Amino acid sequence: MELSLSTRTVDDHTVLEVGGEVDVYTAPRLRERLVELVEAGARSVIVDLSRVEFLDSTGLGVLVGALKRLRAAGGTLALVCGHERLLKIFRITALDRVFALYDSVEAATAATDADPGQSA
Amino acid sequence: MPTVRLSFSPAPAHVRTARLVAVAVARRAGVADALLEEIRLAIGEACSRAVALHRSQGTDSLIDMAMDNGDRFTVRVVDRAVEGPATTAATSDPAAFLVDDAPAVEVPETLAEEAVAARMGLALLAGLVDDLRVSAVPGGSGTEVSMSWPVTRRPADA
Repeated sequence: MELSLSTRTVDDHTVLEVGGEVDVYTAPRLRERLVELVEAGARSVIVDLSRVEFLDSTGLGVLVGALKRLRAAGGTLALVCGHERLLKIFRITALDRVFALYDSVEAATAATDADPGQSA
Repeated sequence: MPTVRLSFSPAPAHVRTARLVAVAVARRAGVADALLEEIRLAIGEACSRAVALHRSQGTDSLIDMAMDNGDRFTVRVVDRAVEGPATTAATSDPAAFLVDDAPAVEVPETLAEEAVAARMGLALLAGLVDDLRVSAVPGGSGTEVSMSWPVTRRPADA
């Protein structure tokens, strides 16, 4: 399935919902959207990966890039990733220790609200 | 003799095609359903790596993927890069080369996204595939990434 991207706002948070396949072909579009969001002033970004069917190392690279960009701007990045298939990829690459990973968007907003400086 | 062979130009869009073909052939070969997701990811990483190498060198040469279903389901992905980062290391000790590229917990700020992706790709290959071999292509330029998985069901056809 093709990549799908949609953005919504939850209080002060920008939620980017990603669906379909994030790979070497589609990852540039994800990067572009994340860059746009940060340039538009988003500082608490939550990337919801719940509907992602496939994620490869190129996608991980883009997410790491977004994390650095947000940190540099004094912002935070949280990832929503409920299913084991994707969590395994984060564990193998040790990125589960780099990203703030949550089960749901609600959990991510609650954690970011409680400690806004968590990854700054 | 490989059961199925696929050659593709180094375009990112073809990596998805390679993944779909590999999983379809693996399923037919009798690989357990539980392994198909790993195969999809591993093949994708091996092909993405080859595409990135070709593109970084500006070569249009085709990337080869050959699938065999004998005792195990074997996939070989061959690039034609002149001197990929793997080439020199792979000739001596592929395992050490993979360990060297294990991801750091703290991602260095200087590392570009592409470099991060390349490291993560190798970490995924090493983490997902029990039987992984990286070797220089004999008598020419390029590297071969070879992976295999057990066949547990009767193949769908002979």
